[in-house]
Amino acid sequence: MKIAVLLKQTFDTEDRIIVKDGVVVPEGVTYIINPYDELALEAALQIKEKAGKGEVVLFSAGGAKVQEALRKALAMGADRAVRIDTEGLIADEGIVAAALAEALKPGGFDLILCGWRAIDDGSAQVAIRVAELLDLPQLNVVTKLEIEGNKALAWREIDGGSEILEAPLPVLVTTQRGLNEPRYPNMKGIMQAKKKELKTIPAGSLVPVGLKAKVQNGDTFLPKAKTAGKVYKSDPAAAVQALVAALREEAKVI
Amino acid sequence: MAKVWVVPEVQDQKLKKISLEMITLARRLGDVEAVLIGEGVSPVAAELGNYGVGKVIVADHADLKTYTAATYGRVLSDLIRRDQPEIVLIGNTATGRDLAPRVAQRVDAGQISDVIDYRDNLFIRPIYAGKAFQQVTAVAYPLIVTVRPNVFKAAEPIGGGAAPIVETATVSLTGDDLRVIVRDVVRQVTGRPELTEAEIIVSGGRGMKGADGFLILEALANVLGAAVGASRAAVDAGWRPHQEQVGQTGKTVSPTLYIAAGISGAIQHLAGMSGSKVIVAINKDSEANIFKAADYGIVGDLFEVIPLLTEEFQRALAWNSEQAG
Ligand SMILES: Cc1cc2nc3c(=O)[nH]c(=O)nc-3n(C[C@H](O)[C@H](O)[C@H](O)COP(=O)(O)OP(=O)(O)OC[C@H]3O[C@@H](n4cnc5c(N)ncnc54)[C@H](O)[C@@H]3O)c2cc1C
Repeated sequence: MKIAVLLKQTFDTEDRIIVKDGVVVPEGVTYIINPYDELALEAALQIKEKAGKGEVVLFSAGGAKVQEALRKALAMGADRAVRIDTEGLIADEGIVAAALAEALKPGGFDLILCGWRAIDDGSAQVAIRVAELLDLPQLNVVTKLEIEGNKALAWREIDGGSEILEAPLPVLVTTQRGLNEPRYPNMKGIMQAKKKELKTIPAGSLVPVGLKAKVQNGDTFLPKAKTAGKVYKSDPAAAVQALVAALREEAKVI
Repeated sequence: MAKVWVVPEVQDQKLKKISLEMITLARRLGDVEAVLIGEGVSPVAAELGNYGVGKVIVADHADLKTYTAATYGRVLSDLIRRDQPEIVLIGNTATGRDLAPRVAQRVDAGQISDVIDYRDNLFIRPIYAGKAFQQVTAVAYPLIVTVRPNVFKAAEPIGGGAAPIVETATVSLTGDDLRVIVRDVVRQVTGRPELTEAEIIVSGGRGMKGADGFLILEALANVLGAAVGASRAAVDAGWRPHQEQVGQTGKTVSPTLYIAAGISGAIQHLAGMSGSKVIVAINKDSEANIFKAADYGIVGDLFEVIPLLTEEFQRALAWNSEQAG
């Protein structure tokens, strides 16, 4: 079983977002592996372990800093990593997907795993675009996954319920919380990771000539500061009366 | 004027609310047309005329009975290639999020996801789980836009109920489109609205103390016709199912009213609900972070406050309906 994991480095969720002149300031930010991608990696490692053979290869697009995320993922147990260097590239999701798909093509992967969205831009497009570019079926937002022979069985979240899907391999799967609990790298893993292959490919050599970004970001801005709310501390009965009156007459929501 | 397509979501032969919300945005963008995909959806076409939709393309086929990205994606992308609308609006729902990127890539389009506003020719979308907002513009067409539920006002019917032009699309699926098989669909039958579509949500956290604690929250939800949500702590403890989790790794919700009981207001929880119009917090700790995000709050023991609140809402709603006659 050859498994690819698409992984993105993102801001830590606890970080405060600082915007200056319409752009997010990256200084002082801690970087993590996108939490949904960690679920994908954990799933890949478990599938490989269960099969007793195979390979888990990481793919990530980004600047040099992304190597930290890839090293951590290698320490968790992935076999090798490919970084697509996007330095200087003006990209949208279509371009990132094109680069990833091109890098994935020669690998002949049976399974491509990725988090269902990244917590920074939350646009939830790249993985599915990769599936389309590689002409693979998609199993999206998956909370349980079983690989049996040449088939994947997936439980997926839908509005107001869930569904069970079946697809032949090769297939692209995006992961959702509930699927597993990602492991932490141990000392042995961290030592081994240093020796594992981490290849860099310039995005320019992967993106088809003439492909241009189709959407363009303008300014980033922060939400308006919230004015202090009304807090009732009086005895519960009085507080409840005052609250419901306010919701009806002031906020007009009931 | 730009040709703007709306891809309505239909359940049990009814337009879901997101469909009408998308029409509101579509009317601001250009001439509105709709593409109805499914099995037995044809009767819905006429209804769309009431909302100013000039033309409806209907793809009604037995193979489209259950949604899959491949089948619906094939139908929609073939139609986009043929008719070349400038903008295609799809709900940022579980289905829409699955469908949109497939179609965008197939028709070589850009996509702007989870749009919450449109101002000065710019689409606005939340990033960093709502901690910031991003303006995005298209530099090429077609453009696919997914629209967050519960943000745009649902379109009101406009007088006359002009019948739209209805065109039947031919559906030609190939073997490759049918690779993914839907083995089973399990719908929860709670009788409550869906979390991402609900006008009112009552959510509980670790402060609910256990699965039984949620019973009083469900009673409140029943009175308000609300959906029940939960913090990750409550889900991790096994008191509520994953699907009810609100937050960064749960659902993003935008109800009119969000009531958070026994929830401390961790940044990852706020990420999922800060788009709510009015937030009410009930917590015994007056220093809890949730009060910083809340418009109204009660400092107190939720086991005392919630049953009282349920009664008070019941009274208020009875009064409302009396006034309404
Ligand atoms: C990567 C990551 C992703 C995460 N994603 C999510 C997510 O999607 N959603 C989410 O919710 N969290 C998420 N979390 C977890 C989050 O950080 C918090 O741990 C979680 O939200 C806490 O849940 P809570 O507020 O219910 O519990 P607590 O923080 O324990 O708060 C319980 C609150 O209940 C109050 N309380 C207790 N008893 C009573 C009583 N009798 N009456 C009134 N009040 C009472 C307490 O004062 C306290 O404020 C995530 C964390 C990480 C690291």
